[in-house]
Amino acid sequence: MSKFNTRNNNDLPEVSTASLPDIVFMLLFFFMTVTVMKDNTLKIENNLPNASETKKLEKKDRIIYLYIGKPTKEFQKIWGSEPRIQANDKFIKVSEVGDYILSTKAKMPENIRNVMTTALKIDKNANVGLISDVKQELRKVNALKINYTTYQGDAFANIE
Amino acid sequence: MARRAGAPEVNAGSMADIAFLLLIFFLVTTTIATDAGLDRMLPPMEPPENPPIIRQKNIFTVNINKNGQLLVEEELTDLKDLREKAIAFLDNGGAPSGSEEYCNYCKGKRDAESSDNPSKAIISLKNDRETRYGTYITVQNELVAAYNELRNREAQRLYGMDYTAMEALYLNPETESSVKDELKDKVTNIQGLFPQKLSEAETSTN
Repeated sequence: MSKFNTRNNNDLPEVSTASLPDIVFMLLFFFMTVTVMKDNTLKIENNLPNASETKKLEKKDRIIYLYIGKPTKEFQKIWGSEPRIQANDKFIKVSEVGDYILSTKAKMPENIRNVMTTALKIDKNANVGLISDVKQELRKVNALKINYTTYQGDAFANIE
Repeated sequence: MARRAGAPEVNAGSMADIAFLLLIFFLVTTTIATDAGLDRMLPPMEPPENPPIIRQKNIFTVNINKNGQLLVEEELTDLKDLREKAIAFLDNGGAPSGSEEYCNYCKGKRDAESSDNPSKAIISLKNDRETRYGTYITVQNELVAAYNELRNREAQRLYGMDYTAMEALYLNPETESSVKDELKDKVTNIQGLFPQKLSEAETSTN
């Protein structure tokens, strides 16, 4: 009968941890599915400026991203240190911006083409000249909705 | 020599540890961030057929030079004073009472030398090609802030709610459509009181 007496009946029964892995796996799958890996490797410096009057960009499917900034150290040998435009994974010229916008727009479903927005992610040290050239190109292809992507913060921190 | 047959069972006790490790990795790398920024509309390429004649007093000129200095209405101005000046200009309502352009909700000085009506007032922005983008965004931000401040004032007066809050709610895809329909009228009404007229001239090289 000693077999039945090893347990002291006054103790609380232990909580079973057998289902712990299941719970953890559930959480794991949740985070795995919501994680969005960065889809663009930036070849440029991209310190966005701050602004306080921002609006959120809600739906990602109708946004085309253009990155502008100085190439990073390893690309400066080939591309120089003047600010450049990056679209997807490659550098493009100002004259190619219109084509890039049109070809990306063509891949979108038809019903969201007219609400397409171009998000300009521009390094705060870039100069306005290049940006106004880009804006001219956007006007030529009738991509008039733009968004200067910024961080939320004090706008006066942009001027040092 | 008991039970040779059958593979030995794999110890699954460390499974939880492995899962935890992965979980922590994904927890750390996840960024549930939505981008935000300043929305702008570019003017269409083809100019309008009959460009309206704009009186000089209805134009508020802002010039930025390559060193980031500001010339507002021919006066050297600090960036911190820009918002105040823009508000004073937009809210002026200089048209005499009784005239067609009289602005009955303006609270400005009603200076006859400044803008007639918020719907006529235009802010004209001119940059140098060498201007830093950071400075440019700060100026844009201040001008948008001036509009937002005035729109908030009117929205508070008419609907007891901030314009920026109404607009954020309106643009949020999770808002119910019945609420949206109601908000749409209010938002367009406020936008009509202070329409955002920000014109950008071609950049200059000198």
